[in-house]
Amino acid sequence: MENENKPMKLAYYPGCTLKNQATNFDVSTVSSMAKLDVEVEELNNWNCCGTVHALDSDNVMNRVAPITNMIRVKEAQARTEGMASEFMTSCAMCYNTLKRANIDVKKRADALETINDFLSLEKTKYEGDVEVLHLLEYLRDRVGFDKLAERVTKPLKGLRVACYYGCLLVRPKEVAFDDVENPMVMENLVRALGATPVEFSHKTECCGAYQTVDKPDVIAERTDKIMGSAHEEQADLVVVSCPLCAFNLDYRQDDAKRLNPDFHNMPVLYFTQLMALAFGCDESALRFDLQHIDPLPALAARGLG
Amino acid sequence: MDTTLRITSARAGSDFVARIEKASGQKLLACYQCGKCSAGCPMAAHMDVLPNQIIRMAQLGMKKQLLAARSIWMCVSCLTCNSRCPKDINIAEVIEALRKAALGGGERNDNLHIMELSSEARSVLPPIATISAMRKLTS
Repeated sequence: MENENKPMKLAYYPGCTLKNQATNFDVSTVSSMAKLDVEVEELNNWNCCGTVHALDSDNVMNRVAPITNMIRVKEAQARTEGMASEFMTSCAMCYNTLKRANIDVKKRADALETINDFLSLEKTKYEGDVEVLHLLEYLRDRVGFDKLAERVTKPLKGLRVACYYGCLLVRPKEVAFDDVENPMVMENLVRALGATPVEFSHKTECCGAYQTVDKPDVIAERTDKIMGSAHEEQADLVVVSCPLCAFNLDYRQDDAKRLNPDFHNMPVLYFTQLMALAFGCDESALRFDLQHIDPLPALAARGLG
Repeated sequence: MDTTLRITSARAGSDFVARIEKASGQKLLACYQCGKCSAGCPMAAHMDVLPNQIIRMAQLGMKKQLLAARSIWMCVSCLTCNSRCPKDINIAEVIEALRKAALGGGERNDNLHIMELSSEARSVLPPIATISAMRKLTS
């Protein structure tokens, strides 16, 4: 940690789903950061990140929502001592959309000017001066996995964890903070927590994303393949960083089981829940009750939970 | 009978090709059909026209067939194709441009009708799912 004595202050962008179905991701993020002496401060008046990055060239309007959040970060920084011009999000989808919008407007002065004109009622102008960080990147580069390991009070010994990245942490290359085809940041985190990371073939394969809305049969096929590949390597559970992946891989296991009777149910946790567990946080910081597939039997089988 | 042979770059559908190239920011003719995009596509099993075929058809200006393809609605922009293309073509951007072409033009041609889902099906969905689906599939 950069400053051993004073808790660090870090602006935090939770995103919509962490305030709805994925409360477990939110509380485990905040609680485990407190154990690392990082005080996270939720941004005032944050708004939707935009959820998906518009890929076509006529896209300035789609950048307004993400860029408004950059202004909120600048406001938070202006009134908070010891806060850098950066913010952290643990949701992979928010990270991807916010980061790409930020990269885009930094490269296109004309687009940024249009956005600032559109946001003329804001007191603060955005000048491309905020950095977007994903929590995994923050833990690796700012906290350090060695330091993090020192805070583990309940090592997750023997627990076999498959780390699932999906799309948004590694693609496109401009937003990836690790290898595009074979990222290892989550495996290194899991190892620092005392668990055993498991290599599996489908860790960067797409879960089918929003097709879950009206095509659960498509997601069933994806979930069967992804979870099946983790099961083949004798994983006890899968960890994720995206609430949409979590929903598809966890909740849609019922559909996967209907598609393939040999499908083996396996719990899906957020990586922050695994951290909170290893840091000795209580149930209010874990909220395993929100998991569709109960993780307690798998944890108990390894003498945890 | 007119036996004059005319050589010209103008052909049927070339307006559409220009529009897709502009909207996607991609040079369609760079593709040499290696098929890597389709080989890695997680949605290929659910597509009627494969990603490499989409690029070929876009080069040829096959507007009607492309805008009627199920594939353009199956792609979820996971960007596996983009990251593996040896010619640096962003295939997902081309597909996004096709979706926009289908959704634009003044008439609502939505590919998702969320109110047709049962309230039970809707109630379990996280906002991240519904918002992203509506952003990509509706006009």
